[in-house]
Amino acid sequence: MDEIQSLMQGFAIALTLKNVALMFTGIILGVIIGVLPGLGGANGVAILLPLTFSMAQSPGGTTSAIILLSCIYWGALFGGAITSILFNIPGEPWSVATTFDGYPLAQKGRAGAALAAAFTSSFVGALVAVIVITFLSPIVANFALEFGPPEFFAVYLLTFCAFVGMSKEPPFKTLATMMLGFALASVGTDPVTGTLRLTFGSTHLLTGFDFLIAVIGLFGIGEILLTLEEGLAFKGAQAKMNLKVVLETWKELPKYWLTSIRSSVVGCFMGIVPGGATPASFMSYGVARRFSKDGDKFGTGMVEGVVAPETAAHAAGTAALLPMLTLGVPGSPTAAVLLGGLLIWGLQPGPLLFVEQKDFVWGLIASMYLGNIVGLIVVLTCVPLFAAILRVPFSVIAPIIMVICAIGAYTVHNSIFDVWMMLVFGVVGYVFKKLQYPLAPLVLAIVLGDRAESSFRQSMLVAQGDMTVFFSNALVGSLTGLALFLLFWPLLALLIARFRGR
Amino acid sequence: MKANSIQFLCAAVMAAAPSLVYAQSWEPTKTVEFIIPAGTGGGADQMARAAQAIVAKHGLMKQSMVVVNKAGGAGAEGFLDVKGAHGDPHKIIITLSNLFTTPLATGVPFNWRDLTPVKMLALDQFVLWTNSAKPHKSAKEYIAAAKAAGGKFKMAGTGSKQEDQIITAAIEQQTGTKFIYVPFRGGGDVAVQLVGNHADSTVNNPIEAVAHWRGGKLKPLCVFDPKRMPYKAKVTDTMSWADIPTCKEGGLDVDYLMLRGIFMPGGVTPAQVNYYVELFRKIQATPEWKDLMERGAFNQTSLEGKEYADWVAREEARHVSLMKAAKFIAGQ
Repeated sequence: MDEIQSLMQGFAIALTLKNVALMFTGIILGVIIGVLPGLGGANGVAILLPLTFSMAQSPGGTTSAIILLSCIYWGALFGGAITSILFNIPGEPWSVATTFDGYPLAQKGRAGAALAAAFTSSFVGALVAVIVITFLSPIVANFALEFGPPEFFAVYLLTFCAFVGMSKEPPFKTLATMMLGFALASVGTDPVTGTLRLTFGSTHLLTGFDFLIAVIGLFGIGEILLTLEEGLAFKGAQAKMNLKVVLETWKELPKYWLTSIRSSVVGCFMGIVPGGATPASFMSYGVARRFSKDGDKFGTGMVEGVVAPETAAHAAGTAALLPMLTLGVPGSPTAAVLLGGLLIWGLQPGPLLFVEQKDFVWGLIASMYLGNIVGLIVVLTCVPLFAAILRVPFSVIAPIIMVICAIGAYTVHNSIFDVWMMLVFGVVGYVFKKLQYPLAPLVLAIVLGDRAESSFRQSMLVAQGDMTVFFSNALVGSLTGLALFLLFWPLLALLIARFRGR
Repeated sequence: MKANSIQFLCAAVMAAAPSLVYAQSWEPTKTVEFIIPAGTGGGADQMARAAQAIVAKHGLMKQSMVVVNKAGGAGAEGFLDVKGAHGDPHKIIITLSNLFTTPLATGVPFNWRDLTPVKMLALDQFVLWTNSAKPHKSAKEYIAAAKAAGGKFKMAGTGSKQEDQIITAAIEQQTGTKFIYVPFRGGGDVAVQLVGNHADSTVNNPIEAVAHWRGGKLKPLCVFDPKRMPYKAKVTDTMSWADIPTCKEGGLDVDYLMLRGIFMPGGVTPAQVNYYVELFRKIQATPEWKDLMERGAFNQTSLEGKEYADWVAREEARHVSLMKAAKFIAGQ
């Protein structure tokens, strides 16, 4: 029980007045960063990184510095859900899946319940991941080493397949929008040959289509256009405004224990691998929709549909810190900035960090427990406040949303071209909704398309074009097999049903 | 007469003073944007952020400095931004080898001559690493094994047609060996691929691989600097950076160092350039900077003015010939 002793020591380090104050500061900053689309956790942490430099010089200061930065990260994870639920605008990539059921819930007047469920399940996911880090880090850390290009591709394939196979939309519409997403994801630099492609000589297209701009446009602007057409009213206006809603939601949540466990497992796995929080949230939503009793009603405003992606996103976001600390490989863009921070402070992430910097590592792990508790308290007490935003008349809030969206889109690359792109995506989003094409596969493909492509082409380079590499060992074989099984599950289910019918 | 001449002198000094002041001192009048033509977490990013933190900590600037990553198109986004800001003294950029490789490999229209060279901060080292479980003890043995394997050895590296692949191509040209070059997104990923035995070797920068070296997972075979690294403090139980032989000593006659230097947009005045030269001299004098240099085992060559511009021109010519030989140039 070495771990418990070390953890207790960690708590002693993390539980000073200064550090707890830093936790609150970090969480509140993080929530604000998470709420603003475009700013993002990675940017937020990067902006504040230099502030921590002098902090890290004092004895024990590195722990305080990482507590501040990691709490910003937790805060951003929590905050991303808020705009997803209230306005259908994901503040962060991993909150896209939260919009699927969170926003319909808000429209039904249950914004408070959706927020409470999102925050609580975020907390649960993070807690599970921290426990895994605490007790299993030596075993789990080396698991990521098993992952070469074929394994990574299998994981991305699994995410796509889980989503397509589990989708309730017509499969061809899903495939069509997904392919459009892949096409958009391939604009910019070719990851293997390094040449530019599909830029048509325009320097604006060098950077490709950033996921955030697409999402802000497709969801945010598209939604506003739809609301304009339907008569300038927010449907969520009757949202409850007291804290009782939190308790009521808590009573409902234990029903979804199985979904929570599944999502936590998916999240921890994707964080450690490190695949990241975004695929984790999509995969977990897809799996929950398939295996839930109420799977058919997903997308119409189910609390369970909020629980699944939020638990997984937070579990993955937390677990992503493990490969960062033990291998120096960041599991998310934000973890990449934190990694840069560690190096600037003079800490070398790697296998020896746990041995040489015991105080730092265990202080950080203890702060993960505490930071998430602090975060939960902060965001839950604000639920009525957030829900009250929906009472503001549409004619007032819509222009504000438009401005925030435009600022968000501009912030991504400091380019006005992106704001125009956002508007174009807004119109696309509106047309898609009118024609009943699903937006989620498009977004998923933009987010993961280039990474999946890189892994696939790296695998092909390594294997010299031999496709059997995706079945070359037990790990990659089972991942690929599972992916194909999930993809063809609807067909198989149909066949089985027919067979039984006879 | 005497009084007159003094008066005259005073008048002359006073008349000359404003232009003198103008020529010698200029200071930013608003926030300075520090552009990184690479992603967050990489070597250039770390150095720029460390510099920014040092400026903030020691109060070296009256105005503040913000760091902006513009990594799109292998850094072309950042370079085009600075090229477009002709005459803007509130913008500086830190460059890596993509200053040369990106326009050559992609055909994006920019050249270092569109920018104003300010100061070289350091040169980044490249080391040939393999997994410690592998039997090869020297660069020579490794190359021989790669040759014997008939082009099946995998070299993992950061990016495509950039420094890592150029070094790989130089090794191939020098020795007649063939490697399968597999590009990854970041140096950290590359190091872990090697630890996990998904690749046979890498040419990681010291800072990217040092943790795994200390952890006993990777071993350095040689450094691509003509001289050994000067850092004698023990990194592992038995070795320091200075103990790593140069590749030339090991029978692999390839050398490569990567620029970490500062540029400004074109069309700025000498006084403005001078301000940043002075600023970075002050940064380099701080203990934090020296610490960073030692941790990353940097080559601390630091040039300014004409020497720097000449160095950049030579290096450009070298990249053109290396990339031409490897057929990496766009439209070639």
